[in-house]
Amino acid sequence: MRPVAVIGAGMTKFGRSEWPLLKLMNVASLAALRDANLGDVKVDGVVVANMGAARLNKQTALASALADSLNLLPAMAESVENGPASGASAFKIGYQAIASRMADVVLVTGVEMMRAVNNLEATDFVASLTHPEAEYIYGVTLPALAGMFARLYMERYGITREHLAMVAIKNHANAMKNPYAHIHQTVTMEGILTAPEAVVNNPPIAEPLHMFDCCPVSDGAAAVVLATQEIAEKLGRPIVRVAGIGQATDTHAVHERPDPTELTAVRLAAQRAFAMAGLSAQDIDVAELHDAFTILEIAESEEVGFFKKGEGHKALAAGVTSLVGKLPINPSGGLKAKGHPVGATGVAQLVELTWQLRGEAGERQVESAKNAFACNFGGFGNNVVATVLTREG
Amino acid sequence: MGNVDELEALLRPPELEMPPYPPKVITLASGEKMVVRQIDREEVPTLLEAIYPLLWVERDYYDIVSARLFGELLAYKRYRVKNEYVLVGLIDGVLAGMVNGHLVDEKVGMSYHTMTIRRGLRVGSHLFAAKMEYHMEFLNQEEVLIVAESPIGFRRWMIEYPLQKKYEVPHELGGGPSWVLTKKTYLAAKPRLVSGSRPVPPELLAGAQTIVLPEEETVKAQVLGGKGGGK
Repeated sequence: MRPVAVIGAGMTKFGRSEWPLLKLMNVASLAALRDANLGDVKVDGVVVANMGAARLNKQTALASALADSLNLLPAMAESVENGPASGASAFKIGYQAIASRMADVVLVTGVEMMRAVNNLEATDFVASLTHPEAEYIYGVTLPALAGMFARLYMERYGITREHLAMVAIKNHANAMKNPYAHIHQTVTMEGILTAPEAVVNNPPIAEPLHMFDCCPVSDGAAAVVLATQEIAEKLGRPIVRVAGIGQATDTHAVHERPDPTELTAVRLAAQRAFAMAGLSAQDIDVAELHDAFTILEIAESEEVGFFKKGEGHKALAAGVTSLVGKLPINPSGGLKAKGHPVGATGVAQLVELTWQLRGEAGERQVESAKNAFACNFGGFGNNVVATVLTREG
Repeated sequence: MGNVDELEALLRPPELEMPPYPPKVITLASGEKMVVRQIDREEVPTLLEAIYPLLWVERDYYDIVSARLFGELLAYKRYRVKNEYVLVGLIDGVLAGMVNGHLVDEKVGMSYHTMTIRRGLRVGSHLFAAKMEYHMEFLNQEEVLIVAESPIGFRRWMIEYPLQKKYEVPHELGGGPSWVLTKKTYLAAKPRLVSGSRPVPPELLAGAQTIVLPEEETVKAQVLGGKGGGK
C-alpha cells in the first residue's frame, strides 16, 4: 500500500444552518479543495459520510450530487452510512482507494443537517442505531444508554458529577477559541453544578447526565482532501500523513457485553490504529475523542491507552487533558461544544487534527503537535474507527 | 368638546393595585449574575430600541413575538392595557431578556411574551419562571393563562411545567385556546424551575439600574445562532 496524506481541510461553522444540505457540503468541500490547492491535479474520488439525510432531509445519493455540483465528474463517488462513525469510515474508504492505487486524490466530506427536525425527532433518529428489538422498542435513546453507562462507570471508578462537569467546562472553553464551534459559551462549575440555580441551568437529561453533559444537535459539514504522498510533497507545505487507521465492532445491544463499562471496540480500534502507525498511545500529542456525552471522553481516554482504566478522571482533574496540558483532548471543543452533526463529526475531528499538526489552529493551537489521534464512536460503541495522523518533517 | 383629561381617563383601562416585583439575582450557567427586576414606563423606549431590529427575524418566531411585544410595551407606556408589568434580565447591566404579562382580574393573570436576547443560558426559562413567581407569590393569583407562539415556547411552558389545557378560555394573543398554570402546578414545578436569591447585593442592583443595550449585531448574532460558513 502506498502512503496517503491529508492535503486539504475545511469545514462550515457548526450550529443551525439556513443553507440546504447540498450547499453545506459544497462550502466545506470547496474550503478543503481551496486549501489543497491542487492546480491541474484532478479529484478522482468522492466519498460522502452521512447518517440521516434520507430520513431528515429527504435526500439520498449525496456523493453523486456533490460530485456533479462541484464539477468533479467523472470521479467515482459513494456515500457511506456508519452511524455516528460515518465520518471516519468515509475517511478510511478514501484512504483505501488511494493506498490501493484506485485513486490519487479523494475528497472526503461529512455532512448532517439534523436541525431540519425538532429535538425529539432528532433524538429518535439517532436512537434508530440501537438494537431494534432489544433496545429501541423499549424507548432507549442514546442519552439513556449514556446515562446508564455513566452511572455504572461512576460507581466503579469513583467519578463524580464534578468530573463530568470538568469535561464540559474544558471543552466549552476550547470551543470559545474555535470559530467553527456550535456553542460559544463558557460554563462554570458554579453555574452548572454548585449554585442553587444549577438545578434550572443544567436540568437532568438522563441521570446522572444533565444538559451540559450532552452534545448539542447540530448541522454542519467538514471535508478533507486525501492524496498520494507524491502529490502532497509537491505542495511544499507540512505533510500530514495518515499513519494508522483501526476499526472494530462490538455487540449491537449493550446489555450483551460481558462488562458494559468496557468499550472493547474503542480499545481494539485504537490498538489497530497504533499498530499500523508503529506508535503507541504515549506518542500522541493531541487527540479528538468522541465526547457525545462527557462520560465518554473520560472512558475513551482510558480505553485508547492514554490513561489506565479508572485513571482518566484523575488526569482530567490534574489538567493533563487541558489545552496547555501534557495531552490536550478535544482542543476543538469536542462534540460537546463544537457540535455533533453526526455524519460530519468524524471528518471534523480529522480537520481539527490536520490544522493542529500544521500549526494552523489559531488560539487553540497545541504546541509542537506531531502525532494526533481521533476516536469516532459509532452506535453506543458497537462500531468504532480510530485514526492516527502524523506530521512529517 | 369634553375635557381632555376626562377623555383620557375613559380611555385608560381601570387598574388594580399591584405590589411591585422585588428584584432578585440568578447565577447563570456561565457564572454570570443576572439581575431580574421590574421596569417602569420611562424605560420602555430603551426596550423598544432593543426589539426593533428583531421585527424582521423569522427564526424561532422572533418577528411575531417582537411585533406583538412592541405593541404591548407601547400600550403599557401609554396606559392602554390593564395592569401590565414588564420584567427584565440584566447581566452587568446589559439586557439579556424580558417578559411581560397583565392581570385579567385579581385572581387570574395572563402571560404575554418572553423574549431572550442572550441565548444558550436558559435566560428565557429563568425570566418566564420569574413572571410566574410574580403572579403566584407576589400578586397572589390563582392561575395564569398562557399560550405559546413558537415550538420552543411550547416545550418550555406547556411541557416542562407542565401546563393544563383551558381551551374554553380564548387567550388575548390571537384568540387561540389558553393553557393554564395553576398555583398547585406552580408550587410543584418551583423547586426545579424557579430560582434566584433576594435581596440583590447593593452593588449588583446599582449596576442594573440603567439598561444597557447590546450592539445590534451582537443581538442578531445571538438570536440567529450558528450559520454555515467556510474557513
